[in-house]
Amino acid sequence: MTSDSPAEKRLEELREQAWKDGVVPGRGVDVVGGPIPRKPGYYGQPVVKPPVWTWEIPIYFFVGGLSGMSAVIGSAAFLFHHVDLARAAMWLAAIGVVLSSILLIMDLGRPLLFINMLRVFKHQSAMSMGVWILSTFGACVVPGLIALELHAHHVFGGTIDQLLRIAAAILIFGSAFFGTLLATYTGVLIGATAIPAWFLHRLLLPIHFGTAGLGSAAGLLELLGHRLAALNVVGYYAAVVESVLLIWLSIDKHGMADRAIHEHGSGWLIRIGEILTGPLALVLRLLGLVPFAAMSFLVGALVSRFGWIAVGKVSGSDPESVFAAERY
Amino acid sequence: MIGEGIQSTNQRRHSFVQDRVEVGFFTDPSVCIGCKACEVACKEWNHVPDDGFTWSGNSYDNTGHLGASTWRHVMFLEQDRQKGNQIVGSHSLANGDGEDPFRWVFLSDVCKHCQEAGCLEACPTGAIVRTEVGSVLVQNDVCNGCGYCVVSCPFGVIDRRPEPLPDAGGAFKCTFCYDRQKSGLVPACAKVCPTESIVFGRLDDLRARGAERVQQLQQSGYNDAQLYDPTETSVRGIHAFFLILGEPEAYGLPPKPQVPTIYLKSAWGAAFATAIASIIATLLAFAFFS
Repeated sequence: MTSDSPAEKRLEELREQAWKDGVVPGRGVDVVGGPIPRKPGYYGQPVVKPPVWTWEIPIYFFVGGLSGMSAVIGSAAFLFHHVDLARAAMWLAAIGVVLSSILLIMDLGRPLLFINMLRVFKHQSAMSMGVWILSTFGACVVPGLIALELHAHHVFGGTIDQLLRIAAAILIFGSAFFGTLLATYTGVLIGATAIPAWFLHRLLLPIHFGTAGLGSAAGLLELLGHRLAALNVVGYYAAVVESVLLIWLSIDKHGMADRAIHEHGSGWLIRIGEILTGPLALVLRLLGLVPFAAMSFLVGALVSRFGWIAVGKVSGSDPESVFAAERY
Repeated sequence: MIGEGIQSTNQRRHSFVQDRVEVGFFTDPSVCIGCKACEVACKEWNHVPDDGFTWSGNSYDNTGHLGASTWRHVMFLEQDRQKGNQIVGSHSLANGDGEDPFRWVFLSDVCKHCQEAGCLEACPTGAIVRTEVGSVLVQNDVCNGCGYCVVSCPFGVIDRRPEPLPDAGGAFKCTFCYDRQKSGLVPACAKVCPTESIVFGRLDDLRARGAERVQQLQQSGYNDAQLYDPTETSVRGIHAFFLILGEPEAYGLPPKPQVPTIYLKSAWGAAFATAIASIIATLLAFAFFS
C-alpha cells in the first residue's frame, strides 16, 4: 500500500469531502439531482422563455435603423437643396425597407401567413405598431423616391414636374417621420418584454437603436462618396451620444438581473459594439479619418444589435436574473 | 372536500361557456401523487406531438418545462425541509428537533391564463384571444409564428414549435381544453386527475376552496403553505392558480410577475425623444454646415 502517494491522498480528500458536504462536484460530473438540488429556481430551468429569434432579427434591426434614418438625412438634404445626397439617401431608405420586409418575413415561423399582421392594429403591441410603421414608411419611401427621381431627371415638364416636386417633398418628409419611428421602435419592441436585461434598459434601448441608425446612415452615405460637412456633424452627434450611452450602461448596473450585459459572450458583443460606435468612431473623426470612423460605426452598430439579441437569450435562460429583476 | 366522486366539478358536465362564467384550475401539490396522468391526457386529447425524450437526472421529471409541445408539466421538487408534521430522522421522536428533513413535492404546472396576459397583448395578428370563460386561446390557423408572445409571457409558458414537429412554426400553449369546454366537458387534465390535485370549476368557487385548503394545511402543520395567485401585480391574478409549499422560486414561478405592457409608456417616451432629437440634430447640421 502506497497510501502516502499523491494519487492516494487525492482519493482520501475526495472521501473526506463527500463525507463533509454530501456531494462532490468535479469536471464532467454534473450533480443535478441528489441528494438535494443546488441549482437556482427549479433545477436551473429558465423562468421566462429566451427569444426564438435568429440572425434575421439583429440584421433587420440594423437595416431598418439605417433605412429609417436615411430618410431623415434625405429630407434634410432635400430641404437644403443637396439633390444628389437626397437621392442617394432615399435610395438607401428604399433598398433598406425592401430588405427589412424580407428579413422580417423570413424570421416568421410561418412566412406565408405574414399578411395576418395587417388584419389588426394594436397600440399595446410594439410588434403590431412596428409592422404598421414599416408598412407606412415603405408606402412613403418608394413613391417618394420615384417622384424625386422623375423630378430630378425632368422626365415631365411644366405643371407635372412642379406637382412631382410637391409630391416628393410631402412623401420624403412623411418617410422622415416614420423613419425615425422605424429606427427607434425596435428598442421598444425588446424593451417591453419579460426578459430582465431588456426591460431594465427600456429607456436606453430606443435611444441606442435610433442613434445607431442615424450614425449608420450618415456613415454609409459618407462611404458612398458624399463627404459633406453636415454628414460629418451628424456622425459626431451619433458618436457622442453612443459614448454617453456606453458610460450610462457601465454605471446603470443591476447586478444579477442584467449580468448578461456585463458577463458572458453577450456582454463582450455589447461592449465591442458600443466602443466601435462610441469612443473609437469619435476619435477617428477627430483625427479626420472619416471613412474609418464611418466603418467603425457601421460595424459597431451591427455587432451591438447581435449583442442585444444575445443578451436576451442569456438573460432569458437565467432564472436568477428573473428573480433578481423583481426588485427593480 | 377531496374525492367527491361523480359529484365533483371535475366529472360533472357544465355550461360555463354558454353562461359566460369565469372558470379556473386550482392545482394543489399537497395531494398530487406525481402520476403524470394530466400530462398524458393533455397530450392525447390535444394531439400534442412527441417532442423527444431525455433523461434529465432531475428527480422523476424528464419533461423539464412547459413549452410548445408540453402544456402540463408535473414538477418533482426535492427539498431538505419538513413536510407538515412529518417525522424525520431517528432522533426526532426523542427530542423533537428533526434531523435531515426531506420532502418530495409534486406540482402540475400549466399556463396561468392571466387576467392581463402578456402573450395576448403582444400578439400582432390577433391570433391570441380571450374566451368567454376568461381563458387565453391561441388560434393556430391565424398565428404566423412571429415569436413575440414567447418573450412577452412573464411565466415562460408559450413557445414556438420547432421543425420537424407537426404544425411547426406556430406558437402553442394550453388551450384550457376550450374545445371540450364548449361541449360541456371538463379539461382533460382535470378529468383524469385521480386525487383531484387539479380541480376545474368556477374561478370564484376555486379561490374560496384554495383559501380554505391553505388554512386546513396550516392547521395540520404545513406552515409554509400559501396560494400562488399574483393579484397584486400588473398581471392582476391568474385563472390557473396554485397552492405551493415554500417559496415560488423553487417552482420556477416568478414571485412578482409583471405584464410587459407596463414598460411601454417609458420605452415609447424614449423612442419619441430620440426621434425628435435625431430630426433636430440633422436639421441643425445641414442648416449650419452646408
